[in-house]
Amino acid sequence: MELTSLTIDSARSAIQERKTTAVSLAEWAYRKIESDDPTIGAFITLSKERALAKAAEIDEMAKKGEKLAPLAGVPFGIKDVMVTRGVRTTAGSKILGNYLPPYDCTAVARLETAGAVVLGKMNCDEFAMGSSNENSAWKPVRNPRDISRVPGGSSGGSAAAVAADMALATLGSDTGGSIRQPASFCGVVGLKPTYGRVSRYGLIAFASSLDHIGPLTKTVKDAAIVLRTIAGQDPMDSTSVGPAVPDYVADLEKPVRGLKIGVAKEYFGEGLDREVRAALEAAIQKLAELGCEVVEISLPHTKYAVPTYYIVATAEASSNLARFDGVRYGHRASAARTLSEMYRRTRDEGFGAEVKRRIMLGTYVLSAGYYDAYYLKAQKVRTLLTRDFDQAFQRVDAIVTPTSPTAAFKLGEKVDDPLAMYLADIYTVTANLAGIPGISIPCGKTSEKLPIGMQLLGKHFDEATILRLAHAYELAEVQN
Amino acid sequence: MKVTEQDVKYAADLANLELSAEEQTRMRRDLDAILGYIDRLSELDTANVPRMAQVSHMNASSQSHTGDADGSREDIHEGLRKSLPHSVALQNAPDSDGIFFKVPKVIER
Repeated sequence: MELTSLTIDSARSAIQERKTTAVSLAEWAYRKIESDDPTIGAFITLSKERALAKAAEIDEMAKKGEKLAPLAGVPFGIKDVMVTRGVRTTAGSKILGNYLPPYDCTAVARLETAGAVVLGKMNCDEFAMGSSNENSAWKPVRNPRDISRVPGGSSGGSAAAVAADMALATLGSDTGGSIRQPASFCGVVGLKPTYGRVSRYGLIAFASSLDHIGPLTKTVKDAAIVLRTIAGQDPMDSTSVGPAVPDYVADLEKPVRGLKIGVAKEYFGEGLDREVRAALEAAIQKLAELGCEVVEISLPHTKYAVPTYYIVATAEASSNLARFDGVRYGHRASAARTLSEMYRRTRDEGFGAEVKRRIMLGTYVLSAGYYDAYYLKAQKVRTLLTRDFDQAFQRVDAIVTPTSPTAAFKLGEKVDDPLAMYLADIYTVTANLAGIPGISIPCGKTSEKLPIGMQLLGKHFDEATILRLAHAYELAEVQN
Repeated sequence: MKVTEQDVKYAADLANLELSAEEQTRMRRDLDAILGYIDRLSELDTANVPRMAQVSHMNASSQSHTGDADGSREDIHEGLRKSLPHSVALQNAPDSDGIFFKVPKVIER
């Protein structure tokens, strides 16, 4: 069987019914990676031994007629910012070029407990800092829908692998849109859960108050299956909180009729591509036809989101990345005479240009004399942005926006203009600042056949409603 | 330009980054452009707005019994959690003597 025609659900059933085996699916994926990935560049490291051992274990269970777990035999990819025991984890950076983690990320461990087969580690922007995957220290990723274009970032490898059938699903991380924007560019589904919904234990930290882990999949149902598996409190992450995990999969079938969908004019203003706008208007029309009530809302502080984000994210990054100093793990510059010189040279050699830029910006906004004007100010504006959502969600059940102002851009198009690159996140950073869940699903194509993404934002801990809406929309599109 | 050469050197020093002369020039230009854009925040009056450092405190009402508002957990009564054995904790170290991490001289004489 080929991954091309499978979803998580159908793959698991096919293995359970012994129409195929987990080993043959993994082998098919590795052959596909061998033939296509030299062009795409989605994988950094393969974990064949671990994958095939897990697959054999699943096949043994299927043979005995045991009931298989929800992700049994599903070929998965893991973004290279999540640690995997004994499998090289680089965060897309030279500074961790040979890092072999001594433990597993909780989300990865939960996937494997549910039967997932981890094929390898996905390429990404260095330390998840980027919107095009061009900041990977190893190689760029190309968009499988058009290889002259970027896959988005920072989870570019995770999105590209699903789009190119090199994995059935992947995990990504999202600090300002890094799951949703590449999902949009590659035409797949990408979900950022509520802050606290999924443990970040074992996620290499970028900005701790904004970092999230979530799935990239072919269908909304698959995203619900993965979320149900990885969600829930974890004693190893004190920021993982919240109520019991609902059955997101069962909830998909609840009706959407009567749900109120907010449309904020601030997300449809200047800079939005004409074709993306048209696709979103058609999608909103479709949601109305499904019985949803479309309500005009305002999120008045939206234009302050990107500046707020780039202060908070870089300030936290400058602190988090202080740990990479050549002492306990990773690269160390040779021939330094003193400790201080060793730190500086190690970091100079180990970090790429964008990572240095963000550490510098973060250090600057936290430094004496600038702290109040930048960092404190941004924390206050973060409150205002969050209040915007609180007020909107008193009137609506979900908010619909474009995921990105444009479809995938060309490789090299924005590399020399960091500010232009940052503006690619204009519609996604708000959800990270407020901690609310967001999902991106495909909603049509441009005249150049490039995927367009629709983003649905929900209330804190209400992934169920946005998944339900996304699922209803997806079904209606398939029926067309 | 708003960002001075001095600012760049100062921040690089705080961040333990060694930037070449070329990198410093580029950094100054980039930081200046980004901070210029960020300056739009000063349009907003935030005198009476509380700061927000973290999302989770807002979800305090939905906390489970295992933690309080910031998600901290109960002490583990049976003692310290198992930590990594020395050999594993040191396996990624660029230099060690089997017990400690080794680093170059800390104080220059």
